[in-house]
Formats: sequence, C-alpha cells, structure tokens
Amino acid sequence: MTSLPPALSDWFAAKGWTLHLHQLDMLARAADPATLLVAPTGGGKTLAGFLPTLAELGPNPPPGLHTLYISPLKALTADIRRNLGTPIEGAALKIRVEDRTGDTSYTQRRRQRADPPHILLTTPESLALLLSYEDAPRVFAGLQRVIIDEIHALAESKRGDQLVLQLARLQSLTPGLRRIGLSATVENPPALARFLSPQTTILQADPGPDPDISMLDTDAPPPWSGGGGRYAIPAILNEVARHKTTLIFHNTRAQAELFFHDLWLANTEDLPIGIHHGSLSREQRARVEQAMSAGALRAVVCTGSLDLGLDWGDVDLVIQVGAPKNVKRLVQRIGRANHRYNAPSKALLVPANRFEVVECQAALDAVRDHTLDGEPRGPGPRDVLCQHILATACAGPFDADQLYAEVITAGPYGVLTKPEFDACLDFVATGGYALKAYDRWQRLKQTGGKWHLRDPRAAALIRQNLGTIIDIETLKVRLRGHGAPLGEVEESFAASLTPGDTFLIGGQIVRYEALREMTVEVSRNPGRDPKVAVFSGTKFATSTLLADRILAILQQESWPDLPAHTAGWLDLQRQVSRLPDPHSLLLESFPHDGREHLVVYGFAGRNAQQTLGLLLTKQMESQGLAPLGFVATDYATLIWGLDPVTNAAPLFDLTTLKDGLETWLSGNAVMKRTFRSTALISGLIERSHQGRRKSGRQATFSSDILYDTLRRYDPDHLLLQITREEALRGLIDFSRIEALIHRVGANINLVRLPRVTPLAAPLFFEPGRIPVQGEGRDRLASSEARNLMEAAGLT
Amino acid sequence: MQHPRRRGTQAPMHHALFFHGETLHLRATGALFWPARQVVVVSDLHLGKSERLARRGGTLLPPYETQATLEKFDRDLETTGAATVICLGDSFDDLAAAGSIDDASRLWLTRLMAGRDWTWITGNHDPGPIDIGGSHRAELTVRPFTFRHIAEPGQSAEISGHFHPKARLAGQSRPCFLADAARLMMPAYGTYTGGLWSNDPALTTIMARDALAILTGTRALAIPMPR
Repeated sequence: MTSLPPALSDWFAAKGWTLHLHQLDMLARAADPATLLVAPTGGGKTLAGFLPTLAELGPNPPPGLHTLYISPLKALTADIRRNLGTPIEGAALKIRVEDRTGDTSYTQRRRQRADPPHILLTTPESLALLLSYEDAPRVFAGLQRVIIDEIHALAESKRGDQLVLQLARLQSLTPGLRRIGLSATVENPPALARFLSPQTTILQADPGPDPDISMLDTDAPPPWSGGGGRYAIPAILNEVARHKTTLIFHNTRAQAELFFHDLWLANTEDLPIGIHHGSLSREQRARVEQAMSAGALRAVVCTGSLDLGLDWGDVDLVIQVGAPKNVKRLVQRIGRANHRYNAPSKALLVPANRFEVVECQAALDAVRDHTLDGEPRGPGPRDVLCQHILATACAGPFDADQLYAEVITAGPYGVLTKPEFDACLDFVATGGYALKAYDRWQRLKQTGGKWHLRDPRAAALIRQNLGTIIDIETLKVRLRGHGAPLGEVEESFAASLTPGDTFLIGGQIVRYEALREMTVEVSRNPGRDPKVAVFSGTKFATSTLLADRILAILQQESWPDLPAHTAGWLDLQRQVSRLPDPHSLLLESFPHDGREHLVVYGFAGRNAQQTLGLLLTKQMESQGLAPLGFVATDYATLIWGLDPVTNAAPLFDLTTLKDGLETWLSGNAVMKRTFRSTALISGLIERSHQGRRKSGRQATFSSDILYDTLRRYDPDHLLLQITREEALRGLIDFSRIEALIHRVGANINLVRLPRVTPLAAPLFFEPGRIPVQGEGRDRLASSEARNLMEAAGLT
Repeated sequence: MQHPRRRGTQAPMHHALFFHGETLHLRATGALFWPARQVVVVSDLHLGKSERLARRGGTLLPPYETQATLEKFDRDLETTGAATVICLGDSFDDLAAAGSIDDASRLWLTRLMAGRDWTWITGNHDPGPIDIGGSHRAELTVRPFTFRHIAEPGQSAEISGHFHPKARLAGQSRPCFLADAARLMMPAYGTYTGGLWSNDPALTTIMARDALAILTGTRALAIPMPR
C-alpha cells in the first residue's frame, strides 16, 4: 500500500482527523489503472481522490506535472485549491497547486505551460486548449494521474465526450496514466466506470444515512395546474423561519423569479432571502454567494445554478418546488443540505399542482428505494469528434489510423466504425460536400502520410472555438441611466419585447425601454404585474423511471400515502373513466365547449408528448378531422378539433408517425437550433464574440441559411445526419414515442365519454397551447404589418 | 367588432413605391424592378463568399451559395423580363473570387447577361475591374436616379446598397429595403449575407424619421422603419 508522507500523517493526527475507510482504500488502490469512487457528499471524496497523489509526490517532489484535476465548474477549481492548500501547507509539503480556467491571466497560463505545477486544477475546455498546443507532449510528459470530479455531471453532456477523447490523447502521450473518477450520484456505476476507462474498478463508500425527505404539508391544496408553487409560500416561509439556512430550488429561472417576487411580498418578518440563477449578473450572484457563506441569508431561491459546487456549510434544509422530473437531480439537490458525513440531509418536496402530488410521491419512493434515473446516452456524438480532429491538427501532424485507434479507446466512441471516422476526417479536411469545391483550399492536407493544417495560422481561430458549451446568445439588461447590469436575457426573448412590456429579473419588475448597443435598457416599474416573465426556460421532461413509477402508483387499489384531495381525485377518475396503466395506451374522447377533444395519456415526458401532438394533429388533418390545436404536459397531450376521433389505432402506426416526422422535421425550428450547435461544435461556423458583435458591422449571417442551403443542395451531408440524430434524441425525443408504442403494442383503448374527465380537466388550464395552422404565420405577419402602418397613419 | 378585411390574403410579391415621380417595385426577393424602364437592380450578391473564406484558412461553408443566388437572380430576371440590369456593388466577395468563380457559374452569369444592358457598380468588396462582361462604373445616373454602392449624405433620388439592412416583424428577422423621401437603400441579395439591424446608428442617422422598412421574404411587407 502506498503510504502518506509522515509529515502529512502527523498533521492529520495533530488535527484529530482520521481517514475514512474509502479514503484508505483509495491509497491501497493507487496502482490501479482506473478507479471510480462513489461516495456521498461530505464524505471527503475529493481528498480521497488526491491522497494517492500526495503519497506519490512526497514532501519534496521534483518539478513537473504529476496530477491533473478536472471539474465541471470553474468555481470548484478555486475552492479545491484552497481546500488542498490547507493540508499541504500544514504539513509543509513542497507541492505546487495551481488552477487554470478561462479566468486565468494570459501570463499565468503561459508560465504554466513553460513550468507546470505538480497539481493542475482545470476544466475540460481549458484542457482542450492545453492539448491543442504543439508543446503538449512536453507539458504532459511526466503526468501520472488524472482526477475527474463530479464525473456523472460531465458524462451527461458533450463536455464529457470531449473529455474522454482528451483522456485517450493523454494516455497516448503518457501510457502510464492512471484515472480516478469521483461522484456522489450515480444511477449506473458500471456504465459510468466504462465511460471513465475500460479497466475501471468501482469503489463504493458507505452511503451514509438516508435523507429525511417528505412532502410539505400545506393548508391550501395545490392548484389543478400550473407551476411555481406559489400557493405554498406561507408554509415555506414558516419552514425558512424554523431552519438556519434553506435552499429553495426551482426548475426554471422564470419560476424562480415569480416565486421570489411573491415570497418577498409575503415576507412580513423581513427574513433575509436572496435569489441565485444563471441569468443574473456575475456580480449579483457573487454577492449572494458571499452573503450565503457569511451566514447572512436565511434562504436562497435558486435553480440548477446551485446544483453542483461549493459547500454551503450551514444549509440545513432543501426545498424542491415543483416535481423534480428526475430523481438524480433531486438526490443531488438534497445533498446540498448538511454537508457533514453521517448526518442525514433534510428536504421537502412541494408539488406545484395536483398531478405533481403523484409525481412527488413517486420521486419520494424512488429516493427511499435508492433507484436513480438516467437515460443511456448512446454513441459518442460525431460533431465532438470533428472538433477533436481539428484540435489534434492544431497540436501537430497526425496519422489517421493512429488517431482512429486512439479514439475508439474512449468509452462512448468504442463503437465508432472506421468509415464513420473517415467521414468526420473528410468533413474537417474538405468540408465533406458532394460538390468538391475546395481542392485548393482544404482545411487539412495530407503530406507524407500525415494530416496537418493547410494554413498553420488557422490554429489561433480554431483554438478560440474549442469547447462544446453552446452559449445561447444573450443580452445584458441594464437600468437606464445607471451602470449596473441586472442580468441577462436571451436574445430571442429581447426580440419579442416591445417598449412598455414589463418583465421580472432579479426579483424586480422592470419596463422595457429600448435595445441599445446589445444592451436591453429598462426602467423600474414597481407594483405592476409583469406582462411577460418567460425567459431561458429549460423545460425538463419527466424521466422514464418516474413516469413508470407514477403509472404504478395509479394502479394501486387506494392511496393512503397521498393527501386526501389527490386520492379523491384519482378515485373519481376511476369511477367515471379509467386510470392509465403501464400495459396499454389510454385515450379519452369527449365533447366540451363546442369542440371535440382527444386526450392521449402517453406518460412519455413533455418533449415527446409535444412531438406526439404535432404528429397526431398532422394525421388528423389529413383524415379531415379538422384539429385546431393541442397542448402537452409530461403525461398527456390534449388535442381539440371539430370532429371526434373514432378509430385511434391507425393514428399510432409507427411507420406513419415516422414518415410524418421526416416531413415535419425538415423546416422545423428545433432542427435549426440543433444544427446551430452542431455547426459550432464541429467547426463549420465560428462563435460570435462579444467584441465583434459590438462593432456594428453586418453581423455574420445566421446558421439557418446554411441549414436551408445544405438541405437543398446536399441533403445527405454529415452535419445534417448529426443534426437529425441529435434532434431526435433531444427536444423531439422520438425515442420515447417509439418506446411507448413498443410498450403498449396493440393495446390502444379509446374511451368515449360524455364530458371532461377528472384527469383531463387540469389540461385545460395548461399554458403553451399550440395552434394548428396552415398558412397562419404569414397571415399573422400581414395583419401585424397592416396594424403598424395604420397606427402610424400610413395606409 | 369589425371583421378584419382580408385584402392581405393574396401574397404581395412586391411593394409598389412611388419615388421621385417613378413607380418602383420592391420585390419580396430583395430585387428592385423599375417597370417604366425595364430595369432590375440588385445589391450585394457577394458571389464567391464561401470560396474566399476557405482561401483565407477559415471554415469550409457549404459551397452552394453562388448557385443559390444565381437561381434566384435568374427567376427575377425571367419574371420581370428585365432589359437592363444594375448590380449595385459587392457583387463579388472579393476580386479574387470574381476571378476564380467556377466555370458553371460563369457560364450561367454569361447567359443571364446575354441580350441585356448590364452594369456592375464597384463596391468596397470588389473595388477594381472584373474580368467579366458588362460595363463597370463607380456610379451610374439614369434620370431621375443615381445608383451607387454606399449612400452619400445630402443626396437625393439616390439608390444604394452596402449596409445589408434587416428588421424584425412578428418575431422573424428579414432583410429589408429602407426608403425615405430622399433615398432608397437595398437589402443584400446574396444567399450568404448577414444584416445590420435597422435601428443601428449607421442607419438611423442616415434615414429620415419617417422612413419605411420594406421586408423581404415570402412576401414584401412595409412597416415604419424600426429605430
């Protein structure tokens, strides 16, 4: 077993620290090629990850990079540097620890390449940059270990795919490299282990006590529909007053804003409460974080921006408002409370509407049963591979066969075929177009068997575009006449505003005045209802695991665990119609308010139910049933129209649905948005930099034009293939429709009813109703143009 | 409540603008047609843009934009039966692009030029002589109008390009013409061309307060110029 330097053991002893079993185990396994440590929050897993490094470096190590630590968050690297500094300085070890992120100064970054520290703390994006320089082999020559923190969070996104490609690169540079993955919430440890390395062994630490988690009791029952949980504000304030520090999680920024606004109105005791989410300015977020660690806040209303990251020592309660949609996220959030090992975390769930009561119950059961959800991610995305090939060319000439051999050692790319790899290489080198137009101007050329950049000066631009995080174009929001930025909104949201519109940001209502030099100017507008409050809303879909559990709950004879109002509601549905079950697809058809309605209880999650709505209305249109519109939730789609559906089975024919999807996809906004990220990641287009956008020149043209051009002239192009794959997996979520149809087979039960059913009723209050229209959009534009002209006195 | 009149249901493929005593058709395609003289004007074709970006070591964009632009141009010339064509500058993305345009596109362009009185106005992207037929001018006057690439302050009856104006309507962004009593500014006609928002100071300082923006796209729609 590798042992710690005596000075460090002494320092631990002097501090009265004893190492946990799993920390000792990490030392014992120091020689293993790859280890995945699963340990609860507060279990000292980061230290566990670094112990083998400290043991190997000893008190007086020779210069050179020994360990690379990679975290998904910049903030974590700074935090780890401080935490690791304490024992290193305490034991007077001569070990240099530095961080390197996008915030690190240019001179510091240059110096780090010339003279790297023993331990370098960084992010996948900064690592991609380091590896793209010609001196990478020298910088990483002595590297022994790589530690990946919160590896589950990285593995869920393209950042993780990029990272494992980089690990493959590093392994070629230093074959002895050993890998450590750290995580607290893993639904499928073997899958995550394969992601880290094919040779991974799993080390499972004592998970600690189960969390103390329940549904919040409120005097008022939750409303029939809608989100935000504002009905529960009195009960929530009561809990905040009873605890030291409470984190109040919301699923979207807009809901967090609305909730925070109403919470303040009800906060008669003036409890210090802050708000924290990704659209607020960095200064404002930093202020809240500081106040939080100083213990000056009793509660913070927040979103996913606080899912990961720094340890807030004093948080003793987590409240999740709205159904968590995903058990893993819930567990992660619960872990934010009480960062002490062996003490249970305390959490409360607040369903935002009646149906979410059932969903929250399903989530509580899942947490108690220790089941986590996670949809398998599928093979490594090829746009990330294209970028990796480009970055590899920046570092120097490469041999295609060797690179392919290296790439397929990375878990998600294990199934990549040579022709697929060659297509990516061809795209990077020539554009991969059917029309071979770039013979003279290829991006990569082959000389003496090796591929290299035709124009080495292109490397600088390629480096600027590395990374897989796609920023949504945002604009700063400022108060007119004051300098201080309030936060950011999406460009598309800003585009939808007209002067006089009011919206919420940072808990205050502001009035839109003007768009000036890429800044949204607003004025304060107290005391009025915000007209629009929707921005940057990530819509999570309920996971398959939760949907299955909900269906199981609906099968129960009675519901002693559910509040009486919800149990009664389900009973009534069972009497007048029936409850959905896992083995069939329930459809209800009924007239209401002069229209015919069809409800499809697919339980496929919001995105898939929405896609289903689009595809079904298309088919109904062609059958002459005159559908007028639909609305989708996580569990059902409600369609209204002029004629009733009498024969449902043909509507759910998978082949017909797929054909409908093909035609519908082509001109779809989802496809264009997906194409934009694929084009950015694969290196077809460059990111627009703030500075360039400000210069007032004609901006680079939109990627929509490229999408339309490719579809018209080169429909089989690699990027269109990738875009289709991505869109089907993501927002369109067709795989869950397929899974649904396979699950129920021919068991499609259409129930004809005289009126709205209890389960269907809340759907009528759902926002986000989508009209079905033919040439509606153009007519809308014409009439709006006419109104504008008339308003201006010009006809 | 009065039922809205349905006069907009027939797609207006052009907006008729009465400008200095003449009627001009601002077409939804982004081309201008002057029926009295059988003149078609287009601006900022930027032919060869993807080739120029590739040559400079940048990205390899889909190399179809010259084809796409010429297809649209062909249809406009066909529909209008133009006898005279004025290209208002930046017809080529740079001089080398003009020289290295592929044979098929060159042939196509020659076919479009055949039998038509054709003028290339020089732009900032194509400032020198181009090895292609037609006459080459810094600017052109066809009474009552002056055609030049970049608008000049204090001019009247001027038709220009260069700025690629665009504006938003009903959440969609579209290239647009800008028109006031003194001048008419053309949208960029080429496929790979970005735009400058009509509320950019470069445009709000040059266009009068009562200017119109005529949006292109599936139909030509006039709105007060967003500023």
